[in-house]
Amino acid sequence: MTVTEPSPGAPAVSSSDVLEDNDQKPMGFGRMLRKEDPRLVRGAGTFTDDIKLKGMLHMEILRSPYAHATILSIDKSAAEAHPDVIAVVTGEDLAAHNLAWMPTLSNDVQSVLATDKVRFQHQEVAFVVAKNKYAARDALELIDVEYDMLEPVVDVRKALDPDSPIIRTDLEGKTDNHCFDWETGDAAATQAVFDDADIVVKQEIIYPRVHPAPMETCACVADMDPISGKLTLYSTTQAPHAHRTVYALVAGLPEHKIRIIAPDIGGGFGGKVPIYPGYVCAIVASLLIGKPVKWAEDRTENLVSTGFARDYIMVGEIAASKDGKIRAVRTNVLADHGAFNGVASPIKYPAGFFGVFTGSYDLEAAHASMTAVFTNKAPGGVAYACSFRITEAVYLIERMVDVLAYDLEMDPAELRLKNFIQPEQFPYETKTGWVYDSGDYEPTMKLAMDMAGYDELRKEQAEKRERGELMGIGISFFTEAVGAGPRKDMDILGLGMADGCELRIHPTGKAVVRLSVKTQGQGHETTFAQIIAEEIGIPTDDIDVVHGDTDNTPFGLGTYGSRSTPVSGAAAALVARKVRDKAQIIASGMLEVSVADLQWDKGSFSVKGDPSQSVTIQDIAMKAHGAGDLPEGLEGGLEAQICYNPENLTYPFGAYICVVDIDSGTAEVKVRRFIAVDDCGTQINPMIIEGQVHGGLTDGIGMALMEMISFDENGNCLNSTLMDYLIPTAMEVPDWETGHTVTPSPHHPIGAKGVGESATVGSPPAVVNAVVDALKPYGIRHADMPLTPSRVWEAMQGNHTAPI
Amino acid sequence: MQISMEVNGDQVSADVEARTLLVHFIREELELTGTHWGCDTSNCGTCVVLIDGVPVKSCTQLAAMAGGHKVTTVEGLANGKELDPIQEGFMQCHGLQCGFCTPGMLMTTRALLDKNPNPDQAEIREAISGQICRCTGYTSIIRSVHWAANKEAEMRETAVSVHAGAVGGGAA
Amino acid sequence: MLGCLLASPSEDKKVSPVQVPAPLEYERATSVDHAVQLLEQYGEEAMIVAGGHSLIPMMRLRLANPEYVIDINDLADELNYITITDSEVRIGALTRHQELLESDELAAVFPIFRDAEKVIADPVVRNRGTLGGSLCQADPAEDLSAVCDALQASCVIRGANGERVLSMHDFHQGPYETAVGDAEILTEIRIPVKPRSSSAYNKVERRAGDWAVASVGAAVTMNGDGTILDGRVGLCAVGPNTTHIEPISAALAGQVPSEDLYVAVGAIAAESCDPDTDTRGTAAYKRHLAKELTVRSLRNAVARATGQEV
Repeated sequence: MTVTEPSPGAPAVSSSDVLEDNDQKPMGFGRMLRKEDPRLVRGAGTFTDDIKLKGMLHMEILRSPYAHATILSIDKSAAEAHPDVIAVVTGEDLAAHNLAWMPTLSNDVQSVLATDKVRFQHQEVAFVVAKNKYAARDALELIDVEYDMLEPVVDVRKALDPDSPIIRTDLEGKTDNHCFDWETGDAAATQAVFDDADIVVKQEIIYPRVHPAPMETCACVADMDPISGKLTLYSTTQAPHAHRTVYALVAGLPEHKIRIIAPDIGGGFGGKVPIYPGYVCAIVASLLIGKPVKWAEDRTENLVSTGFARDYIMVGEIAASKDGKIRAVRTNVLADHGAFNGVASPIKYPAGFFGVFTGSYDLEAAHASMTAVFTNKAPGGVAYACSFRITEAVYLIERMVDVLAYDLEMDPAELRLKNFIQPEQFPYETKTGWVYDSGDYEPTMKLAMDMAGYDELRKEQAEKRERGELMGIGISFFTEAVGAGPRKDMDILGLGMADGCELRIHPTGKAVVRLSVKTQGQGHETTFAQIIAEEIGIPTDDIDVVHGDTDNTPFGLGTYGSRSTPVSGAAAALVARKVRDKAQIIASGMLEVSVADLQWDKGSFSVKGDPSQSVTIQDIAMKAHGAGDLPEGLEGGLEAQICYNPENLTYPFGAYICVVDIDSGTAEVKVRRFIAVDDCGTQINPMIIEGQVHGGLTDGIGMALMEMISFDENGNCLNSTLMDYLIPTAMEVPDWETGHTVTPSPHHPIGAKGVGESATVGSPPAVVNAVVDALKPYGIRHADMPLTPSRVWEAMQGNHTAPI
Repeated sequence: MQISMEVNGDQVSADVEARTLLVHFIREELELTGTHWGCDTSNCGTCVVLIDGVPVKSCTQLAAMAGGHKVTTVEGLANGKELDPIQEGFMQCHGLQCGFCTPGMLMTTRALLDKNPNPDQAEIREAISGQICRCTGYTSIIRSVHWAANKEAEMRETAVSVHAGAVGGGAA
Repeated sequence: MLGCLLASPSEDKKVSPVQVPAPLEYERATSVDHAVQLLEQYGEEAMIVAGGHSLIPMMRLRLANPEYVIDINDLADELNYITITDSEVRIGALTRHQELLESDELAAVFPIFRDAEKVIADPVVRNRGTLGGSLCQADPAEDLSAVCDALQASCVIRGANGERVLSMHDFHQGPYETAVGDAEILTEIRIPVKPRSSSAYNKVERRAGDWAVASVGAAVTMNGDGTILDGRVGLCAVGPNTTHIEPISAALAGQVPSEDLYVAVGAIAAESCDPDTDTRGTAAYKRHLAKELTVRSLRNAVARATGQEV
């Protein structure tokens, strides 16, 4: 474990001060410029909507204006008569081929095109295929659908009322809107601690519905070759292999006749994990018509119908001693799953990894219970960098710890430090059965407090409070769990979450590594080259990273839940070691010594004690492919393949501190500073890690202050454009201040833990805690996101309302 | 209708429906797919191009309105193999991750530097405040612009001293 | 506003936004008179496009479906200018938001423009959007109407029969409604310049580039003895009929400027508006902002008018 100086994330100064070492070109880990950038800065990336195939047609989807309505009739004749329209397809048409419904990733079913009724606003009702986008859009207006409106279920708290309309009339025998119940931990043991505790604090805490909203919406080009029967599907998918297998199961197409190609993806954040009806419709269209068909959703479709995130109403309770020892945590959660259960979680985890709501604290007991319900809203729930519901879990515990601090009148930093799991306790099994691999929390927390100047901030706050000025300091300390996951515990639709990796060294010593994961901006073409370079000593410029195409990459479950580094990164390291081991044997033959007499110097083997006798990896590669004998039992070539089954998840952690100022007249919240210290174990590329953190911190400000997908009482979505779904611009975020500590994962081959979602997980509670802290003079103990000026002002007047 | 304009220094002309939006004209007719689209309400800025050197959201203009004007897209920034300093800056300072908002950011910050060669942090933030990045958190974009500004300042200094040297006929 | 229009379908309205304009024909005007002539020729099926950042979004949603779009962007010579004399400022309708922001001369005489333009839309949209376009769109949350009202601007409208000049009060008739007829064009606004005067604007938005939750513009003219000769306040985004609020001008006339005065006038502003609760904020909060921002704008305007730097 190392404590290091803060990264150069201090307020931006001139470029030369900060960036002398931009072009390090390390042989392995370190700051390295990205291999993907040369094409992206030229606008020469290939995003799915950039793809143009010969004879390609364009598909658009007609969507329901109503949240809950029976479909009485669909008249598509006018649309079909449009000169540029090739086909118009309804749910009835699909039903004739058993394609109107498809499985979700949670073992539920969802409509591809609605047949009996529509169950959320903007649900897919029909699709049009036309010669171009404008004609397809025009044709949508020509389809006449008659609806009989039904009362919608919009208020999640009323979904289980006895008189509530039933949404899932497609499920035999369904008499209510109940989706599932779930619990974890020990209810009795927890109750016993609560009975015994000096103090119990309770608070309802809401994580409203939000949306990943990547800048690129979802899209695909389906190209069914009528002669070979092979489907090539270009699509915005974070999980090409998983999608391919699911399409095979759903559409009855043989798996070897399906090729999924995920080209450059403009952000995923979990929003591009599910299989959406639009993809299936495009495939059907291409199948029917025998031409390529493109579908590219618009922003409203993206916001209103694709996988939302969060939407949990959590009642949290902490039992503690009066001197601030947290003894037990309990929560009951009401979860809004929308009209279909489409969460992309490992199947045995309907609530994802919410079980880590116990946080970074050493507890005597914990229990969580959850009721999930259906409502007339889009399906989803697991998205927007949630690490499978860990955003919700961390928000709950970190908000609750601040509520406890408020009631105990204790400093929230001190309260946390008092309760951290101690380093000698790792690996630490939580009271909900999660085994945290490694952690050393106090130095991370202290570094954040040093960087922030915590004591000076509290002094400043006290002075400002005397003058009636509102300033807040919010802390969040998170432990999250990533890298799903061991085969014995985790699968998605029966597909285990192990990932493959293939490495081949060419005769001239260049390499190609093939990955199962798929980047959407995380820089895998760079970081995976670095992993290989670190292990095998071939320069990153000489390593080609291939991913995204199921025809030439190994099987794996894709990129989400920050799993690429912990799972695929491990696979890459291990496959490189396998190749290196073989290289060592070949080297022993070349140098005529035994394998044990060789020493590795990242890129070459030399004879121990005689460094002049050495061969480079490039020499070995040529020998492997060349003439002459190889050592006994060895085949030619220099390549290997592995499938890595992780033994556990990995547990990155971090300490975040947010400083806000609130205008007491207008209630506008300004984030003055944000200090983030992350520990993701071994760092592959600190530049990329910093970028991941900056992006996630922005998410936190977005959710805490402005983002929400909300509905009126008729189920109409009120945030269906980027004018109404507000995402932070450069004006709303501060100059990030980041630092790091390094506590390697003991079970990961390179000790790395992954970091992609850490900042999205850890930052919302820091911002909310800061706002609530600023409002302390008003006696405010809790306020829910999004803390828009209006909601903050109403809270100041004593009129805080729940956002749902 | 026939629409003609200059794009990245070349005269182009195409017969399209009058209602064609400029962003679609650029992407579909001219097949310059570096300019993107990401919303329908002029909020995201992934479609920003320069018209007569000024940043414009190309999704909110008819192609016909750009007729007779000079349009610059991201493809027009580099000079063959030589990147524009703003492109170099973004690469040097990790100013992009997924790359989807990047062309729009490059065009706006290129125009910013053309108008204000030495912007401070607040000015850069303001200049890009009409465009959204979901990946970078913006700090690295600011660093990228500073890097480019410094690089261009160095280039101007070198040009001046070379010129002075030439004019001075070798005097020290 | 557009977002709210999207949210609730009426019986016969398909709510899925089409996202591309309906088929149209495009003409480019070569002069103002030519534009007027085209408007006459095509009648109510024709619409002017200037910056396009109000019209084109509406066209994409099929809320506006002109058969003829008349592009007036070539008419800079006739319509893009800021002319300042001792008695009057005249601004051409085609003047871009960015030009209004950048004009130091305009900021010197009417700082309210710079205050407002800093927070109107975003820098890229401001490159195209125009003064005329914003005033004629008359979105309830659009700021320049409040600015022009506070400054007692007049609007010059040209039609086939010549020009007519209206007060802002007569020009602005309600949400999305102005006095500009089908075959007419707004060409210019005129603002009287008075001595010992200044102005200011304050806005609250949830995020940069957002529409106002509420905003307030104030303009004051001082007497030689330091009392207020004339003061006007224009409110934005807090409901209809928030221009030309008589009780406010009455409360300011002849008064010595003070925080108490501003607070009292702020209370009148709060009572004079009728905001709606929506996703931007509650009615109570917007009413509070009407008061709070009136106080701030008056304070700033008076400070500037009396030579203090704000």
